[in-house]
Amino acid sequence: MFQKELRHLQATYIGRPTPLYFAKRLTEKLGGAKIYLKREDLAHTGAHKINNALGQALLAGRMGKKRLIAETGAGQHGVATATGAALVGLECDIYMGTVDMQRQSLNVFRMKLLGATVKEVDIGSRTLKDAINEALRDWTTNVRTTHYVLGTAFGPHPFPMLVRDFQSIIGKEAAAQILKAEGRLPDYLIACVGGGSNAIGLFNEFLDTDIRMIGVEAGGKGIESGEHAARFAGGSPGILQGCKTYLLQDQAGNVLDTHSVSAGLDYASVGPEHSHLKESGRVEYTFATDDEALAAFETLSRTEGIIPALESAHALAEVIKRAPALPRDSIIIVNLSGRGDKDVQQVAKIKGINLCV
Amino acid sequence: MHKTRISVMFEELRARNKKAFIPYLMAGDPDAGTTLKQVFLLERCGADIIELGVPFSDPLADGPTIQKAAGRALKSGTTLRKVLSMVRDIRLQTEIPLILMTYYNPVFKYGEEAFIHDAIQAGVDGIIVPDLPPEEAGKLIRLSRQGSGGRRLDTIFLIAPTSTPMRIKKIAAASSGFVYYVSMTGITGTALRLDEEFRRHLGLVKQATDKPVAVGFGIASPDQARLVAQIADGVIVGSALVKVFNETPEKAENLIRGLKEAI
Repeated sequence: MFQKELRHLQATYIGRPTPLYFAKRLTEKLGGAKIYLKREDLAHTGAHKINNALGQALLAGRMGKKRLIAETGAGQHGVATATGAALVGLECDIYMGTVDMQRQSLNVFRMKLLGATVKEVDIGSRTLKDAINEALRDWTTNVRTTHYVLGTAFGPHPFPMLVRDFQSIIGKEAAAQILKAEGRLPDYLIACVGGGSNAIGLFNEFLDTDIRMIGVEAGGKGIESGEHAARFAGGSPGILQGCKTYLLQDQAGNVLDTHSVSAGLDYASVGPEHSHLKESGRVEYTFATDDEALAAFETLSRTEGIIPALESAHALAEVIKRAPALPRDSIIIVNLSGRGDKDVQQVAKIKGINLCV
Repeated sequence: MHKTRISVMFEELRARNKKAFIPYLMAGDPDAGTTLKQVFLLERCGADIIELGVPFSDPLADGPTIQKAAGRALKSGTTLRKVLSMVRDIRLQTEIPLILMTYYNPVFKYGEEAFIHDAIQAGVDGIIVPDLPPEEAGKLIRLSRQGSGGRRLDTIFLIAPTSTPMRIKKIAAASSGFVYYVSMTGITGTALRLDEEFRRHLGLVKQATDKPVAVGFGIASPDQARLVAQIADGVIVGSALVKVFNETPEKAENLIRGLKEAI
């Protein structure tokens, strides 16, 4: 029954399956591998986050919970959870760091329009990590009436599995779609990794194949600058927020501040399954800097008429680096995890353009 | 193997039909010298066991008062290693039972074996690791019981108002020294409600174990401490003390003596 309801809403509400789009002009421009975009940006609310948020909202309704809470970085998961709450008829509070509220003000207003209360988190790094802390504290207090919709494949069991399973529809659809388009599976899968839910959602279906998979972290201003969120390149194993995984931390085990132009990747830790996939060698992890992501953001906008989220632009930056050297008959699928409308103001600000003229 | 100072204390108190007063301090808030002075003041005013908080960047179980205290302690460079050094200094002057309350990552980063060894050598008697559930604590429990140089560490786990009877048994079995009953669903420093539900659930916990049960979270005044002491074996007071030490230190001794009298 639950699966049936979920499938029905995925088709009629989220708009699944999302297209797998052959990016012809980007492919020609780069002159190498064929590039396909998995268009999660076209899912309702504009990112893959709705796949998980809707699933958990339905679960919460079934558990008889009256209220949803969630953390959000870029605001996409907050918007998705507020949407799920409206759909199921639940109260909704979203925790968001004040730094992120500033750079993602459009999403803050969207959440309010959807009937959610946005709770400012003005302690610690004032970004995603502290929003998760506050959401966990709220959940500890109100666990009897409230379900915590954790937004990524992270945190205490069963969240990493639960979120992965709700997101794995991305890879399932992509497999069927690429078989239809090309008659074979791709050679490369590329996705950005903040907590890692869009990446695990794409990768999960293909883990038993020999397809090469690449996760792209936020390199910020470069690893040597110390201002980044590249947990695999700059971190070590630790325990935070209910799971053991790679973590940016100091010698005493305190969590370090992070930096990324992208609020959704600006996070000191990473989903534990990604740490497992790194250590087993199944997935390769790399990073893209702020500048590389911003360049990719513009490249996709001009070449394909698609403005990507800054998070997804990190995955595109890796495509731009890698595709030219690959044979023309090789195939890359990149997860376009979200759309960039939310980032337009911030990119304008970075470029020194005043939108309020 | 020696009994820990914690077990000896509870036995003595039980023999005198008394309950334990267990104050909590954030170590290094705002510096090591202040912490030492506060520990000696607490002992002078009748504290039975002292809980020392180890500052952590992401204290998930704590409310704003202790979060801010951790921030101040981290700012002055307090680490788990430095807290152990404070314990060594405290041990030069007193044998009062000492518990460290630390999140798991600093212990993990230190190395469990090295930490247990160094903690026992420094004179720590027990540890509370609020983000480590008993299911994940096998190695820490084993190392703590094995001990070092004939001494061991007590491992104290937390039972919540939502814990089921089966889980209460499991947590109590993993605990030594005493069992920590969290008074409410929530974080440290939240307003306390000593209602029928609280009494009923605490009763369940006391039936499930013959280990002492101490209650913490939200106990701020002598009146509350008195009510809790009527049904529990120990009363833990944290945020209220951290707050008074930080904001109005001249009033600290009054509060401590009031709490001691009530318990």
